Amino acid sequence: MQPSPADPRDANACRTARQGMMAVMARAESTELDAILAQLAPLPAASNLKPPEVGLVMLRGRTGGDGAPFNLGEATVARAAVRLEGGASGFAYRLGRDVKAARQSAILDALWQDEARRAAVEDALAPVRARLSSESAGARAETAATKVDFFTLVRGED
Amino acid sequence: MYVAAKGGEKAIRNAHALLAKRRRGNTNLPSITLDQIAEQLTLAVDRVMAEGSLYDVELAALAVKQARGDLIEAIFLIRAFRTTLPRFGYAKALDTAEMLVRRRVSATYKDLPGGQLLGPTFDYTHRLLDTSLGLADEAREGNDQATRVDDAPAPVSMPRVTDLLGQEGLIEGAPDDDGAEPFDITRAPVSFPVDRSTRLQTLARGDEGYLLALGYSTQRGYGRSHPFVGEIRFGDVEVIFDAPELGFELSLGTVQVTECQSVNQFKGSATTAPQFTRGYGLVFGQCERKALSMALVERALRWEELGEERGAPAQDEEFVLSHCDNVQATGFVEHLKLPHYVDFQAELDLVRRMRAEHAAQMKEAAE
Repeated sequence: MQPSPADPRDANACRTARQGMMAVMARAESTELDAILAQLAPLPAASNLKPPEVGLVMLRGRTGGDGAPFNLGEATVARAAVRLEGGASGFAYRLGRDVKAARQSAILDALWQDEARRAAVEDALAPVRARLSSESAGARAETAATKVDFFTLVRGED
Repeated sequence: MYVAAKGGEKAIRNAHALLAKRRRGNTNLPSITLDQIAEQLTLAVDRVMAEGSLYDVELAALAVKQARGDLIEAIFLIRAFRTTLPRFGYAKALDTAEMLVRRRVSATYKDLPGGQLLGPTFDYTHRLLDTSLGLADEAREGNDQATRVDDAPAPVSMPRVTDLLGQEGLIEGAPDDDGAEPFDITRAPVSFPVDRSTRLQTLARGDEGYLLALGYSTQRGYGRSHPFVGEIRFGDVEVIFDAPELGFELSLGTVQVTECQSVNQFKGSATTAPQFTRGYGLVFGQCERKALSMALVERALRWEELGEERGAPAQDEEFVLSHCDNVQATGFVEHLKLPHYVDFQAELDLVRRMRAEHAAQMKEAAE
């Protein structure tokens, strides 16, 4: 499924990079994925390893934030698995019900595993990474603007 | 007893058509879009996700629209929908310490590391109706205050207040994760008494109004545990899932949750020095009233473990947990509106017979 370099440290680094790329794709809009695939064209034909589908994942919390786990509630998740003609298999899971986006992500995951195309896939994902980091910076900035310093008043005069 | 009735198909069809017409309202006005609901009725959407126990903003917005704004009806629609989908598995527990914090306050520490971040809150508003919101071209003040992204502070660590107290041993620790799978109330029937994780799952999808009332009752003296809001935080947390076919963990995106840690009065023993105790609330979306109420009720339900006296309604585990689900509650209460003719006919016969006997007795007594 993925290149297996002789050095296990390389294998770990490769897996971490793949996880990072898949995390970005899970947050990419369908229109962004359209643009990325267009940029990477022509693409080998992709066939479904299983039909893209929507299901549920049970999310969990921890008692007290850091203790024993409990089931919090479910979230919808779309997933897809594809195989590229003459290439690797690709997988994708993402929150929500956008199976088209999941399938596009699975194709990109498969392309990424081809070392000859990896850099191109990463480059094409750069705008999505930039959008995501700008959004979280925006959220931090607007939240930081509401930071207060409460002070307590001394009661009495002696 | 409910006995099925037949007939009325045409009337029911027409009633449904009329419902659809009323839902749509005046057709000279544009139909409200799901984006508008998701963006402008955010807290209604959050409540539907929390009590519907399904995180999906778009579906919750659809449910709010279809239910004409009746949130319990919307929650019912979401619960019904979730039964149509397969379960892929369980996510790793959310790490609220790693949250992208959008609001975080503590009522116990004013100078806490990471700071007090008010965020988008109704607290400190004057609760005066803003008539400018009724104008077609609504004032855009809020939007004009756009903060520049360059101003964004570097991400800072925001330790939980309970961690700060915990470092000094002043508060009880959270129960250890012994690696056991937590009970899942959506997969197996509940039998009482239940463990803490089962309580938390039940409360997390429980009715906000019900938990608010019970939480309030604990403050008024029914199971008093003198709570402080150690911390309430709201923001985005990452969902991590171990995909079986991949054999490694994947990030599926982020969800928004509200977490509340209550810090309550003490517990100690011959061997343990007195410590604060705690209650916990965790809810999908920005549902602060619910998260706080959940923490109060969760704490009240721990009376036995903490060696407290029992006697308050909020401490009665079976009562509290059996009645907090508004879908179950509304189903059973509202089914009373459906035809009960056969059932009622039996009661009618019975009361007629009792009245006849009563009349006969009166007559006998008079003679």
